[in-house]
Amino acid sequence: MSDCRRQWNREDELPVYLAGPVTTGPSQRHKSYGMFSSVEGAFDSKTIELDSYAEGRKGGRASRSGSRERLLDDGFGGEARGSRVTSTSEREDPGPGVGVPSPAAQERAAARVNGESERLLIKGGRVVNDDQSCYADVYVEDGLIKQVGENLIVPGGVKVIEACGRMVIPGGIDVNTCFQKSYLGVSPVDDFYQGTKAALAGGTTMILDHVTPQPGDSLLEAFEKWQEAADRKSCCDYSLHVDIPQWHEGVKEELELLVQEKGINSFQVYMAYKDLFQMTDTELYEAFLFLKDVGAVVMVHAENGDLIAQEQSKILGMGITGPEGHPLSRPEELESEAVFRAITLGNRVNCPVYITKVMSKSAADTVAQARKKGCVVFGEPITASLATDGSHYWSKNWAKAAAYVTSPPLSPDPTTPDHLHTMLACGDLQVVGSAHCAFSTSQKAIGKDNFTLIPEGTNGVEERMGFVWDKAVAMGKMDENQFVAVTSTNAAKIFNLYPRKGRIAVGSDADIVIWEPEKIKTITAKLQQSAMDYNIFEGLECRGGPFLVVSQGKVVFEEGKLQVQQGTGRFIHRKPFPDYAYQRIKTRSMMTGRQGVNRGMYDGPVYDVPPTPKYITPAPSAKTSPTTHQPPPIRNLHQSNFSLSGAQADDNVPRRSGHRIVAPPGGRSNITSLG
Amino acid sequence: NENRLDWNDDDDDDEGSLLSRLGTDSPKPRMKFGGMFCNVEGAYENKTLNFDSFSPGSVRRSNTGGDTESVSNFSSVTDPELRHRNQPNRGHTVVYPSRGHGGRRESDRLIIKGGKIVNDDQSFYADIYVEDGVIKQIGENLIVPSGVKTVDAYGHIVIPGGIDVNTSLQAPQLGMSPSDDFYHGTQAALAGGTTMIIDHVVPEPGSSLLGAYDQWRDIADKRSCCDYSLHVDITRWHEGLAEELETLVKDKGVNSFLLYMAYKDRYQSTDTQIYEAFGVLRDLGAIAQVHAENGDIVQEEQKKLLDIGITGPEGHILSHPEEVETEAVYRAITIAKQANCPLYITKVMSRSAADVIAKARKNGMVVFGEPIAAGLGADGSHYWSKNWAKAAAFVMSPPLSSDPSTPDYISSLLSCGDLQLTASAHSTFSTAQKAVGKDNFTFIPEGTNGVEERMSIVWDKAVVTGKMDENEFVAVTSTNAAKIFNMYPRKGRIAVGSDADLVIWNTKETRIFSAKSHNLTVEVNIFEGMECRGCPVVVISQGRIVLEDGNLNVTEGTGRFIPRKAFPDYVYKRIKARSRMADARGVPRGNYDGPVHDVISMTKSVPSTPTTRGGQCPGKGMTGPARNLHQSGFTLSGTQMDDHIPRRTAQRIVAPPGGRSNITSLS
Repeated sequence: MSDCRRQWNREDELPVYLAGPVTTGPSQRHKSYGMFSSVEGAFDSKTIELDSYAEGRKGGRASRSGSRERLLDDGFGGEARGSRVTSTSEREDPGPGVGVPSPAAQERAAARVNGESERLLIKGGRVVNDDQSCYADVYVEDGLIKQVGENLIVPGGVKVIEACGRMVIPGGIDVNTCFQKSYLGVSPVDDFYQGTKAALAGGTTMILDHVTPQPGDSLLEAFEKWQEAADRKSCCDYSLHVDIPQWHEGVKEELELLVQEKGINSFQVYMAYKDLFQMTDTELYEAFLFLKDVGAVVMVHAENGDLIAQEQSKILGMGITGPEGHPLSRPEELESEAVFRAITLGNRVNCPVYITKVMSKSAADTVAQARKKGCVVFGEPITASLATDGSHYWSKNWAKAAAYVTSPPLSPDPTTPDHLHTMLACGDLQVVGSAHCAFSTSQKAIGKDNFTLIPEGTNGVEERMGFVWDKAVAMGKMDENQFVAVTSTNAAKIFNLYPRKGRIAVGSDADIVIWEPEKIKTITAKLQQSAMDYNIFEGLECRGGPFLVVSQGKVVFEEGKLQVQQGTGRFIHRKPFPDYAYQRIKTRSMMTGRQGVNRGMYDGPVYDVPPTPKYITPAPSAKTSPTTHQPPPIRNLHQSNFSLSGAQADDNVPRRSGHRIVAPPGGRSNITSLG
Repeated sequence: NENRLDWNDDDDDDEGSLLSRLGTDSPKPRMKFGGMFCNVEGAYENKTLNFDSFSPGSVRRSNTGGDTESVSNFSSVTDPELRHRNQPNRGHTVVYPSRGHGGRRESDRLIIKGGKIVNDDQSFYADIYVEDGVIKQIGENLIVPSGVKTVDAYGHIVIPGGIDVNTSLQAPQLGMSPSDDFYHGTQAALAGGTTMIIDHVVPEPGSSLLGAYDQWRDIADKRSCCDYSLHVDITRWHEGLAEELETLVKDKGVNSFLLYMAYKDRYQSTDTQIYEAFGVLRDLGAIAQVHAENGDIVQEEQKKLLDIGITGPEGHILSHPEEVETEAVYRAITIAKQANCPLYITKVMSRSAADVIAKARKNGMVVFGEPIAAGLGADGSHYWSKNWAKAAAFVMSPPLSSDPSTPDYISSLLSCGDLQLTASAHSTFSTAQKAVGKDNFTFIPEGTNGVEERMSIVWDKAVVTGKMDENEFVAVTSTNAAKIFNMYPRKGRIAVGSDADLVIWNTKETRIFSAKSHNLTVEVNIFEGMECRGCPVVVISQGRIVLEDGNLNVTEGTGRFIPRKAFPDYVYKRIKARSRMADARGVPRGNYDGPVHDVISMTKSVPSTPTTRGGQCPGKGMTGPARNLHQSGFTLSGTQMDDHIPRRTAQRIVAPPGGRSNITSLS
């Protein structure tokens, strides 16, 4: 209890979420037991001991408890209820005007103008958050959760949804989709409209899409292009990751702008796709260093691109052109090697690393091992790696085999999905994405004579939640709270959306899913929302699915029917320095200030070095791919006067190259001998 | 009788390479005593103290040998007179005491008496008779000519001379030659019980490997006091090197090459280059060695440290953190796995790097790890010494681990076989030379001593503490190195026919390392003051006593170059079997006949993809730069299965006639 309290208190200090609800309806707030008391209530009701409300009040919110006591008085409370209905309807519009002009509030205002705001009461459900489950009703208004608790006092005319004991969970967050990523000029068949539709149908109420500029493109322009497309088409809230196709000094400015003004806090870098997106270790190091300084989450596509290129040409040379060449040229080791390297780099730079698409056991093990050593690293398995395996690459049916082509490839080891689920359940892997990037069979057929040309990507945004439930919760590996954590809450925390997203609490966005644990569905391309002509999970049976989906306070999916409106999705700003990833990083960088040793000057003889231009002249780094920007010539290490951070400790010590002192005056100094 | 079987196996294997080579080197004396390998059998029998079994062995030998030459030494025991009469024309009179002195240097014939012979597989008491630099007889009550010098080994063990597989006695850094060259270095090696070294040839990037090899050979032939061989470092990989490598492997007797993952902009190779090099080395049957550190990260860290004003030797270890080594080891293993090439990691300095190697071996990788004397005997705490000269003396890459438990851990892994052999990475620079980097740690020449101390450190840290036994000690200091680098059983074993590189090892005596007493020119010893139990009493190199009673008696230029053949069995047997197994196969399918999306030619991304992928199917007889896919009639290997299907580039079939074809749907 006290732990719980402390957490809440901490959240009290978060300005955004506090400010939002209060400004929209200040009087309301007080009436329904104050800001966060409802969750307390919810907690208490779990123990079915209503008296403990009183105790909870003593916890230290004198002002609010006062107002609540008034409410508990039935006669007066009834009056209050009635009056409040009217007051809220009146106050609806001026509310935001009074408030602080926070971006969240503005968005909400915009949403209200667009669609008629709905008031929902979800009754009789079991609210499941990542930390606890409890029976409570949820009252939603203006796209926000206004009250959580039992016996809520709500205005009349509210649409009541009977959850009948089903689970009420925060809507899923799919952290990895590519609805707009074109390949050789070919766009995926699922754009933001089709894709978000499919997401909502699967219980996912927010997506984070990858902006994938081509090398040489401006990141900002690409971002704006994506945002524009998404604003027009998206049916659910979204945010964007920006991929960095190549690293050079000029990118820094754009990145800073994206972080500071555009609300992007995650960027992806590539260790694969040689001569296209791939970065060298030096570039990765610089990129990590920079992204750490701006407080962004570094996402890494981890595969060793050098070796892949070699293997691909070898395998094509052997005459293998079909999709089986794809996994053959990208063996598991190359993935785990790159994961290892990314983690090493991240640890050197002291920067959180997020591994997208963990597809193999060994890669997952590498992530887990690094976490055990204390590295701040997150791993994201995807729907495909959690629900199917790579044996299909050897299918006799070309179209089927090609459908599974994605990078890193699905592991041919059939025990992989099981292993990944186990690691998700125990927390070694944190979030589930889908890497949904849908190309139709005819688009995949671009690579019919050469597997390296097959567009990469599988579906999964719709099936994601269902398969995690089916393979992990229904099997007893994971409980419902962990299910919420891996499908929604952890993602919200890592990408700084929490607690606006990823939690059912007063003040959070009303992205709510009523989950039906026993619903059995057979996945088929015929019934899917995606525009694809196939489904890689075709014929798989999946237990568990959404019964009802509420997005932005509106019911969008009910009884198997979708009611979405194109363009209602809002772009969600994300601030840098997410606590979940950066708190440890910040502390560590304070702790790990490295210090030199203070010694007397070396005054012994120094060997005379003949000038060797070969050693110092930097030969152009062979690792730099021809397309990438050449790094500036290596800094003259002798020149120490240039400093941004003021005087240095050793400013007074001149840096000299070696000179010979054969016999120093006064004989050999003591300091040169070993002591 | 498994043991016997093994021996026979060995015989068969060795007949190809070793037998012929040794025969040609010194044809006559070789064949005198009962054929090539019979005494190894004898040695085995000796252990069981069953002398009767000698006779069947010798009979078998003489039968197979088909010549009186291969009469065993025991026939000479029983009837030397007769034996002499049988071969009067050969003039080999060694068995005759009366004529034994004639014209031969006494030092060439030795008998080592009373010692316990320790090989990597067994220990037994026997005497050793050495002549012409080769071990001629092993056994008890040997019949030897009179006047042979007797070396008393009572109470000591007799071990094969150590092999130090990693020295850099000639490689310059920043234009400075190491203070210990081949003469001083090999002298120190002999003083420490090491009778063979393998030195690294470090050519300047871009220069000819053969040229550098010749230069090294030249100097070593003139200066070296013990047998030596050479690794050649590949400081800049390009396709053109393949030819030079082939020459080196086939004609020059070099079967190991070192690639660098560190020293950015100087020696560092990219992953692609390493992969290509591994492929070439595998085909040549050579061993790929790797200096494993992530040079990219190291360089960035160095910049950062210099920026914050750390210029002392502690910057070296700060810029070469352990994980950077581990990462590179991991990557090297991954690349080697892909290329199916045996891998040898030089200088394993940290726990985690050693763990990665051990794990890879458990996964079946052919990978070897080499800890060095400095890593086993010292730790990295000295980098923080207030004494600049002392701190700088420890500078080497990868650096000594700052974790004081590392030496202990590494010697444990060495004992259990996860790491295979020890070296020294001996490369010494005087304090004045190190002082070149006094204002910038990146200019401190890298390298420590260790060639002299290596054997004693291993004995003290591993055998005295009970981690390994004397046989394992021989394995990690000598035999494994000989096996990996294909010098076995000429080196690394006490057996008849092997080179007489022997060490009589005192297991009890202690000695204190000090710059004052060591045999090097460098004025610093990183093991200064360390007390080690176990040291050589007598060292015999090429059949001559070089160390006795604490006096070192070496001759410059006596060291011979030992050529090493490609495809060492110890390494390549498994690789060969795997390359036969590991053929990837495609899936035979009907051609895809569904609609194909039309690709609008994008200027940006299209061209890059085909170029990186190279030509398709060179095996099918493609000669032109790009095969015309429409033209399917041309084939060198007869008709193809899919000849009747024309290959077309993408075309759009929005609605194929007859509706959608079945093959495109998922089944």
